[in-house]
Amino acid sequence: MTQTNFESKNVVPSSIAQVGIITKYTLLDYVRSRRFFIMLTITALISVLLTVLVGYYRPAGFLTSELGFYSSWWGTSVTFVIILSGIFFGGDAISGEFQNKTGYFGVPNPIRRSSIYIGKWIAAFIASIAILGVFTAVTLGNGLYYFSGVPSQFGESLLFALLYLVAVLGFTFFFSSLFKSSSMSILLTAILFLFVFTLIQQLVAGLVQIEPWFILTYGSQIIGNVLTSPYPPNITTASLRPGGGGPTLTTYNATIPEGLAIMGIYFVITAVVGLILFERKEFN
Amino acid sequence: MPSIEAVNLTKQYGAFTALSGLNLKIEGTKCVGFLGPNGAGKTTALKMFTDLIRPTKGEALINGVNVHTEKKKALASVGTLIETPEIYSSLTPREALTMIAEIRGIPHTERKKRVEDVVAELRMEEWIDKRVGKFSKGMKQRICIASALLNDPTVVLLDEPTTGLDPRGMSEVRDIIKALKGKNRLIFMSSHILSEVSDVCDEVAMINHGKLIIYDTLPHVTAKFSGGNNVVEVGLMRPVDNQIVTKTIAGFPDVVAAEKIGDKDLKISFSGGLEVQERLLNDIVKLNIGVVSYKPASSELEDVYLKLITATL
Repeated sequence: MTQTNFESKNVVPSSIAQVGIITKYTLLDYVRSRRFFIMLTITALISVLLTVLVGYYRPAGFLTSELGFYSSWWGTSVTFVIILSGIFFGGDAISGEFQNKTGYFGVPNPIRRSSIYIGKWIAAFIASIAILGVFTAVTLGNGLYYFSGVPSQFGESLLFALLYLVAVLGFTFFFSSLFKSSSMSILLTAILFLFVFTLIQQLVAGLVQIEPWFILTYGSQIIGNVLTSPYPPNITTASLRPGGGGPTLTTYNATIPEGLAIMGIYFVITAVVGLILFERKEFN
Repeated sequence: MPSIEAVNLTKQYGAFTALSGLNLKIEGTKCVGFLGPNGAGKTTALKMFTDLIRPTKGEALINGVNVHTEKKKALASVGTLIETPEIYSSLTPREALTMIAEIRGIPHTERKKRVEDVVAELRMEEWIDKRVGKFSKGMKQRICIASALLNDPTVVLLDEPTTGLDPRGMSEVRDIIKALKGKNRLIFMSSHILSEVSDVCDEVAMINHGKLIIYDTLPHVTAKFSGGNNVVEVGLMRPVDNQIVTKTIAGFPDVVAAEKIGDKDLKISFSGGLEVQERLLNDIVKLNIGVVSYKPASSELEDVYLKLITATL
């Protein structure tokens, strides 16, 4: 939709075009910023560390099978890279507009707040994709060095990882919209993803013994699980005593449809609520 | 004809009323000063005109368009500077201003020249390709003013535009605002610097405790609160005799009072308009007392302000 003002000589671009403008300049800001290089360095360090460790120690878990390699390398590390990217690029994306006062430069223009929100989200997504791309390239490089091919499950896992990135960024943007303080939004997002979600997941599964289907990190298990053969069962109950009997431990693994649904629903809900919060938030 | 209008514009934060039922219509090409003490509601009103905050009640209209229901249309031809915005620190002024130019729909063919022109107008040419993160507050303020002027707006909303600028910068910004008046623009600016408002504005609106106290032309406001008289200040090259002031000058037609406010400065109150002011100047020059300056009293607006704004906060 293109709107014009009867007094204006210029035709204000459509909201979709304005999303593109915000994406372009936010991405430029991200790419030039210190945080992009810090994130790139962290990703490079993880990659180098894995390369050296596997090359030097040649652990059996990594090198006995092609699928085992990708499960051990990619399946255990990629969610960490995704969470860090989400925190680095989404943690203060919206709260920074208030705390740093950059919102006073962009918002009082003929542009919807939703265009700013979506444009910044897409920029964060592209920046994260670049980081994820580096990690994927190193994973594939090592995988092809040790094995001749790439298992088809890796493609699935990569797609699930992208969906997880979408959900993580939806969540971090939502949290960023909740606060006006950048440090608060970054810190709380980091604590939630790195500790709280995992803790709740373990408590709910281990003590309450119900499936933690409402935790995002539980849904993200499918990224690693799809690289195991056979795919782990949804619910496993094992006795804690040798030979059976006595107390039991139930472990849960999200099925692929469950994982997709959890990540999809998290994204939709947090994106909508985050957008509404930003629309209503005031620059006081 | 450009216009801004506040219709019963109200902003409440819980029990605190920041702006109370502001009704104000400003139409035409002129500069209107928006005055009031700290916390009076000036910035609150300006923020409601720019979608930075939402009214609790009432409407903010620009060129007849509601800012909150049709933001893109309402702000299409508006330049704004509210508080002191920050610019993404990794961008250069050229990039930041090009982003705003793209958002406002300035055609691709004109964009580069327009950005360079406004940057030159604000004397920032040599910084145009340096990253904003290294800039001082005053330099950032200049870039933000450049951003407000980028699309040749019909309505310009400025919140204390000279804040953070050095004296030269303040003078340059005032000259820019005066030049804008000549280009058929409606300028609505808040300021605490009354001499700035006297110098630049044609009309003044004063608010206190969230309510509009007065809105009128500058001469009317000053005349109304100075007993209907105008006041001029005369600067002399040498000290003048008391007799000349109290007898000769005070005896000129239409002069209400004349007094010395220093060895070489006089303050003269008179009734009448610009014709009387011109005749008075001729009469004083003929006295051959060394007139070197003659201007409307800068303290007039301040006197009115202090009469109307009795308490702050």
